[in-house]
Amino acid sequence: MKQVVRGFYSVAYSVKLCRPNVICAYPITPQTEIVENLAAMYANGELGGAVYITAESEFGAASILVGASAAGARVFTATCSQGLILMSEVLFNAAGMRLPIVLVNTNRALSAPLSIWNDHQDSMALRDAGIMQVYVENNQEAHDMIPQAYKIAENRKVLLPFMVCMDGYKLTHAYEPVDLLSQEMVDSFLPPYEPAAYLTTKKPLAFGCYAPPHIYMEFRVAMQRAMERARDVMLDVFKEWAEVSGRDWGGHIAVDFPDSKIFVVAMGSVAGLLRKVVEELRNDGVSVGLIKIRTFRPFPVEELRETLKDAEKVVVFDRSVSFGYEGPVSIELKSAIYGYSNAEIYSFAVGLGGRDMPKDFLERIIRDVAEGRERPGFAFKGHHEFEEVIP
Amino acid sequence: MKIKINIGAVSEPMQSEKLKTGDWGTHYPVVDKEKCTACKTCEQYCPDLCIEVKEAGEEKFAVVDYNYCKGCGICSSVCPFEAIKMELKDIFKLEVC
Amino acid sequence: MKYFGSGHGACPGCGLTIAVKTVLNALDGKVFAVNPTGCLEIISSQYGKNAWGVPYIHSLFENAAAVAAGIEAALRALKRKDEGYVVVFAGDGATADIGIGTLSGAFDRNHDILYICLDNEAYQNTGHQQSGLTPPGESTTTTPAGKIMPGKIGRKKDMISIAVAHGIPYVASSSVGYVSDIRRKVKKAVKFEGAKYIQIHSPCVTGWGIDGSIAIKVARLAVETGLYPLVEFEYGKLTSVRKIKDRKPVEEYLKLQRRFRHLFSHEKGREMIEIIQRFADENAERYGLDLKKE
Repeated sequence: MKQVVRGFYSVAYSVKLCRPNVICAYPITPQTEIVENLAAMYANGELGGAVYITAESEFGAASILVGASAAGARVFTATCSQGLILMSEVLFNAAGMRLPIVLVNTNRALSAPLSIWNDHQDSMALRDAGIMQVYVENNQEAHDMIPQAYKIAENRKVLLPFMVCMDGYKLTHAYEPVDLLSQEMVDSFLPPYEPAAYLTTKKPLAFGCYAPPHIYMEFRVAMQRAMERARDVMLDVFKEWAEVSGRDWGGHIAVDFPDSKIFVVAMGSVAGLLRKVVEELRNDGVSVGLIKIRTFRPFPVEELRETLKDAEKVVVFDRSVSFGYEGPVSIELKSAIYGYSNAEIYSFAVGLGGRDMPKDFLERIIRDVAEGRERPGFAFKGHHEFEEVIP
Repeated sequence: MKIKINIGAVSEPMQSEKLKTGDWGTHYPVVDKEKCTACKTCEQYCPDLCIEVKEAGEEKFAVVDYNYCKGCGICSSVCPFEAIKMELKDIFKLEVC
Repeated sequence: MKYFGSGHGACPGCGLTIAVKTVLNALDGKVFAVNPTGCLEIISSQYGKNAWGVPYIHSLFENAAAVAAGIEAALRALKRKDEGYVVVFAGDGATADIGIGTLSGAFDRNHDILYICLDNEAYQNTGHQQSGLTPPGESTTTTPAGKIMPGKIGRKKDMISIAVAHGIPYVASSSVGYVSDIRRKVKKAVKFEGAKYIQIHSPCVTGWGIDGSIAIKVARLAVETGLYPLVEFEYGKLTSVRKIKDRKPVEEYLKLQRRFRHLFSHEKGREMIEIIQRFADENAERYGLDLKKE
């Protein structure tokens, strides 16, 4: 049923359909409306037997979800930015404990200085945690992603937390027409959660044991293997979703014009804008294609190698920086295709802290690359030149 | 050779019982069956759960599981009837030359 | 039925395991144990050497109360509440310092959990550093007795009052010196619906510098000097106090322990002992500890 709704509502609605058992809420802009919508549904008795907890902090919220998930419940929370970083200790812990916690991260810049606006610095800071990350392009994809996230995370071959990343404000607060899923469809796609090991007096187990050097490493290798297995599990789930919903979002990456000489690489909502830019440039005769990276963890190594093997130039638009080096997407892409492609890589960090990325701004960068006015390497774009002074 | 590890480092219950901590202590408790009234005070206070009142025919008295006893002396200290004495283990009976 | 295994790694004479087994037995093992980082966790939950016979989770240092709240919420949502009681076994550092935020949240929301603080008065597992529940005068590695400093100058955080202030149904203090008191209070606590807090004074042979053979005696002296009042609050009202027949002077308690021994030779020692005695006198006054002679 297609309705014009705001992004946060489409997420909350989808979460409701997945029948979570425990939902935790802590406010942080711009995800707050997601948990507010869920609270309203809860207050109206629309969430079945779910328990909704207003936590005392994001750290508390994530910890509550660890306990609930360990006890066998399907759980949910949403956060971003400072909240995500605050709960990072718990999320690393949850990944090690192999708990299939699903959370929505409404990508927002990190302090300092404080910013409530969109970029990818928050989720990038957690890329080492062992949490799967998928970046959505629009609210329909966000809405569709929630049931898929549970299905992938809860798969016995995976059992890792899953973070659905959607751009704060740009998607969360935007009005878009969304084809809202039906309860029947989600019920048939996503069965109830059947935990592998869980806390019960019927079979007492100890969770969160400590592991001395003679055994710790095996558990971390196991996490890596789970991430590796997640690649195929995700592709299966994406494919199944395409069949039942009629919407095929692609695999770990989605490629437009795979025979291009120049590729533009991006994640999140900016990919939607770049799609328009790429179309117009093609009409102008530029051999340019788009790679929208959907799955950032596990990183789509094979797909990028395959797509870029004959590319001449790659323009990577990063929405974050790993200070002291460059944008993480660029860093990881370069390491993935090293030895498999001779393409020149042009990395640009753009749109930090919600800095606007207008269509002609992005187009100009791509043209400059195509026409040889840029050098391969890394640069920030779209900022003013400045001099730093002490007041 | 492959070892088995439990997912997420989850452990089965009561595995510590395979670790015999009985060799930790320098002393060990000796229960005087005559004085013992089977009041179970020692059983309630033992930190290692290794003293238990057991029945042997007509008699009921505290029995120590020396596989685990660390010789802390708590049982002896709480016994209301002074029925438990801490003795030095033979291997620690050193002669000074 | 054994709900906690022998063969665990606790020091000989450790008070923590006495408290734990008493609680587990009092509840017939129908317990979901939540345990933050600390001595108890380290001696009982090494992978492959688990001493627990009940479902158990160790998450992090500062989130035991929140994890317990999550388990309780899940049991509620999954309609499995009758499986067992959710019980936190947390050290004093995890309770009063690093974990007080999550504790406050869980108490404020009145989750149906029993929070047991095992109070051995310092961060013992990392080698005896001071915590919010370290009493004044104690020498710890971060408040050592030195040429000018006589050990900790400061207070023992009143976690009982903090718990009571959250409006939870049952708050009590107990001691490993009196296991029947622990048993009684635990059985009573679980009859209340909502959050319950029991603080159990737990002697630490290694940290306090005492031999196992006097561990119980020292624990009882703490109560008999008025330094560790055994009280019960129900819905914010003081409902019971363990009265003391002949309150002993605090020196009798202090002199037995290495952690206080410096007070008897330090130049500020006398002053500290008087402060500690005053603390005991205030407790006696506040809770009516002294048994009035008829």
